[in-house]
Amino acid sequence: MRDVVKDGKAMEAQKAMETLSRVLRILLPVVLALVVGGLILLAFGKDPLTYYGYVLRRGLLSDTGLQASITRMAPLLLIAAGLIVAFRSGLWNLGVDGQFLLAAVFVAALAPILARHLPSTLVFLICFLIAIVVSASWSFIPAYLKARHGINEIISSLMMSFLGVSLANVLIKIPFNDPATTVPQTETLDVADRLARLGDTTVHWGIILAVVAVIAVHYVMEHTALGLRLQLVGSNPRTAKHAGLDLRLLTIIAFAASAGLAGLGGAVDVLGVQGTIRADWNPAYGIMVIPLVFLARYNGYAVIGFVFFFAVLMIGGESAARRLAVPHYFVLVLVALLMLFLAVTEFLEQNLRQRKAG
Amino acid sequence: MEGLLTEVFLGSLLFGAVTAGVPLLLSGLGEQISEKAGVLNIGIEGMMLMGAYAGFAGAYYTDSFTLGFLIGGLAGVMAAAVMVVLCVLLSMNQIVVGIAITLGGEGLTALLHHFQFSRSYPRLGRPETLPVPWLSDLPIVGSAFFDRNPLVYAAVLLTVALVWVFKRTHVGLNLQAAGDKPAALDAAGVSVTLTRSLAVLSTGLLSGLGGAYLSTIGGGLFLPFMTGGAGFIAIVLAMLARGKPMWVLFGAFMFGGSLSMTTAMQVAGVNIPTDVIQMLPFAMVILVLIIFARNSYLPPALGNPYHRGAR
Repeated sequence: MRDVVKDGKAMEAQKAMETLSRVLRILLPVVLALVVGGLILLAFGKDPLTYYGYVLRRGLLSDTGLQASITRMAPLLLIAAGLIVAFRSGLWNLGVDGQFLLAAVFVAALAPILARHLPSTLVFLICFLIAIVVSASWSFIPAYLKARHGINEIISSLMMSFLGVSLANVLIKIPFNDPATTVPQTETLDVADRLARLGDTTVHWGIILAVVAVIAVHYVMEHTALGLRLQLVGSNPRTAKHAGLDLRLLTIIAFAASAGLAGLGGAVDVLGVQGTIRADWNPAYGIMVIPLVFLARYNGYAVIGFVFFFAVLMIGGESAARRLAVPHYFVLVLVALLMLFLAVTEFLEQNLRQRKAG
Repeated sequence: MEGLLTEVFLGSLLFGAVTAGVPLLLSGLGEQISEKAGVLNIGIEGMMLMGAYAGFAGAYYTDSFTLGFLIGGLAGVMAAAVMVVLCVLLSMNQIVVGIAITLGGEGLTALLHHFQFSRSYPRLGRPETLPVPWLSDLPIVGSAFFDRNPLVYAAVLLTVALVWVFKRTHVGLNLQAAGDKPAALDAAGVSVTLTRSLAVLSTGLLSGLGGAYLSTIGGGLFLPFMTGGAGFIAIVLAMLARGKPMWVLFGAFMFGGSLSMTTAMQVAGVNIPTDVIQMLPFAMVILVLIIFARNSYLPPALGNPYHRGAR
């Protein structure tokens, strides 16, 4: 009897330890990145506490700031959903920025025209479809090269991304250019035709779509046959092949789904916030969302939390760039530090586990 | 369009091909060394930017191109040292660390530029050249190939030297083994860790030099994100060259040519939007990948950390 109680207590203690280590391995990289980032600010003669305080106040603690942060989450979450599909399938889709921008440009060009003739629900539906088709087809070449010839998709998807960003600019400057403006940009979508706001806030309903998409992706990958197949392709292609799975088809499907979600992010950003796209606009969200998806270990629910944290950092950082003269490049440095410390934490954790086991 | 085949157009195209090609050549050779040893270095872009910034700042403050190159190379080595510690010594994911180095290099150099040079945008003077006697007087090719900075000649000589190193020396064989069969190298009594570390550090040195060339001689100034994907093109060059340095040389000047098309076209009076021209090198990469898909080669142990005794 006493033994059982002891076991129960030991188990409880172990569970508590596990929770603690889970929290630690998520918090540690974030804290370390913020500390080292602060030291870098200090080296440039900026007070890190003022900077971080300002970012928090403008990105989280003010009404407008919080709403802006939540609005920013919509495209970021859709990109994250796309990355979860790719990474869980063992594919490095590093071309999300090109996929995002191309879809956004097509939507920006076509939405104002469609809005003149069709009811808005139909306009949104058609735009979402266009975005998915454009971005998914932009992912086809890397997907095909990987599926057919085993060409490393990291490089090919990146190249397609550079190509897509330039192509987007060409499209804005020539065929999609609004002749009524002096700066090359697409025709502006009337505010009345954009995605509706939620209640009294400035947040549009794209955020709901984005959250649903992330959770749906999480569910599909964890609980459906397709998701399990994709994960098997990712973790153990040889076994997958023996199990009779069509590796090529699954690779192409995973790539298209991943790109399609990123493209949907572009559509939501245009229809909800931007309304038009100027030449040379490239927010490069994708490359910054990658570390967040890693940090969340491809878990959809955790991604929502990290994307929120990052959106606050971005919105606050944008105000700080204007007010404190710390350019928003600093956010890039923070993301890089986050990634490095994530890798270090992971290494330490593995080592600890091995030491315990051995 | 008549201006296209004139001496002026060809001269400026070739000149530009060399100017844009040298950074690709240096970092492409660097990537080749890493890849041979089994380390996929996605951080080249970041290393080039660090080299570009440090090289420019070095040349600007010391008033010497040579010192600028050295400082740029050193900055590349320092960025590579991060990769050595995290990927080679601690066996972390090479892609994650590589992306982090690229992002960090982009952010850090843009910040440094912002706080140091963004008000004045200083420019360097014209670099000194070392004309090769007689050859530099040739029409068209003379000024493009034989009246250049010594670093240009050094980069080409390095290519030839690497052919010899890869084929004929122990160092070359060790590199190859570290990428193909690390366990065999280990069994032969050579440290895989040391071989890979040195390989990554030389990648850093060469990418840093390539970046420094880009800012000091190519542009004469530093701009944030000025590499514009050159580091990734270098990776593709190394991939397609299948371990052969001469192919990197050939590819670098081909891509350099397509990068320099914009200026040459403007010289010839043809007006095509720069964005169309900017697509050229990347479109070429994709085309080459599609055509030569079967032929690209990567070492079997590429991207995998080495653990002694693990299977």
